[in-house]
Amino acid sequence: MASPASTPSVPSQALRIAPSGLRYPTNKKTIYDRNLNRTRNAELSRAAFAFLFIEMINYAQRQVKGITDLEKRLNNQGYPLGLKLLDLLLSRSSTPGQPPTTRPTRLLSLLQFITTTLWKALFGRPADALERSAASPAEYMISDNEPLVNTFVSVPREMSQLNCAAYVAGVVEGVCDGAGFRTVSVSAHWTGNEDGGSGAAGGGREKVMWPGKTVFLIRFAKEVLEREEMLGKAL
Amino acid sequence: MVVFSLLVVNKAGGLVFNREFHTGLATLSSNDLLILAGTFHGVHAITRQLAPAPVQPPNTPQNFPVRASGLEVLESSHFRLNCFQTITGTKFLLITEPAQPNVEIIIRRVYELYADFVMKNPFYTVEMPIRCQKFDAALDHFIKSRP
Repeated sequence: MASPASTPSVPSQALRIAPSGLRYPTNKKTIYDRNLNRTRNAELSRAAFAFLFIEMINYAQRQVKGITDLEKRLNNQGYPLGLKLLDLLLSRSSTPGQPPTTRPTRLLSLLQFITTTLWKALFGRPADALERSAASPAEYMISDNEPLVNTFVSVPREMSQLNCAAYVAGVVEGVCDGAGFRTVSVSAHWTGNEDGGSGAAGGGREKVMWPGKTVFLIRFAKEVLEREEMLGKAL
Repeated sequence: MVVFSLLVVNKAGGLVFNREFHTGLATLSSNDLLILAGTFHGVHAITRQLAPAPVQPPNTPQNFPVRASGLEVLESSHFRLNCFQTITGTKFLLITEPAQPNVEIIIRRVYELYADFVMKNPFYTVEMPIRCQKFDAALDHFIKSRP
């Protein structure tokens, strides 16, 4: 049994230590007792996130071979967050007392869920656009004019291809996979890159207005599209 | 009312950033700018020692002694150089017209922008030259949007 003195960061009178070693607050308000719908006061400090994100990028930068590798690592850091956020956001219903929302089973409702519910929970506003790629039916694009994770990030010239929103792409990938929509990849691109697909068609003026505009390219697996087609016929 | 340029000097006395907002000053070579920054740093350090030992105001806690600030304003017929030193020793030198009002507020805001777009940038190493596009853009926007 750990003595309270060994953990000075936790006020000792607020916690009692059960014989099993589990800690729980004396007022019986564990994390399970709290209301799930705490969205109004759940805002966090942007500066604290910025400093945490610096350390995350530094951690990811250790022993990387290139920019693709770094983006892959950031993507991997976001993935588990996406899996957990899917469950959390679904169990939070928009109005208290109502039963929780059901898991999206169709492609469009999943994408709607990502661009509105997920984006609002993470960034406080919906995503700026959702498009289907003209090149391939399996590709969808979500654009964000000013990603929150990139607010303070200036990428050095020699790494200009790098987009740190790869972390958000990882979150999106986690949500898609968690909902049963297997993805080939989700990646973040600056618009103006050739990789941005037809999302880059915005032209020069948009580039000036939103220099940090980012497109998240979601590539779904083949079986997801096949299932989607069958579901479409069944209705 | 014109803000001519901004220099940022790190705590070792090296020039890490300079940007000109408005023409009007003769352009110095980068070597001269480095010398200016280094010399100012040295003079600033000496002027801090020059000040007589400050009298402790009666109700200030002992742990926070009032320190001499060192050189803060350098004025000539055509420009005024205002210095703001942060707690960590970074100096912001803002060169303005002599009649420029509210310099204190401008320099505070510049410090805020520095804290946001330089210190929160994952790719910036402290004490090294500042090359952050967003800092440049935010500075330009702030200085030029002023009436």
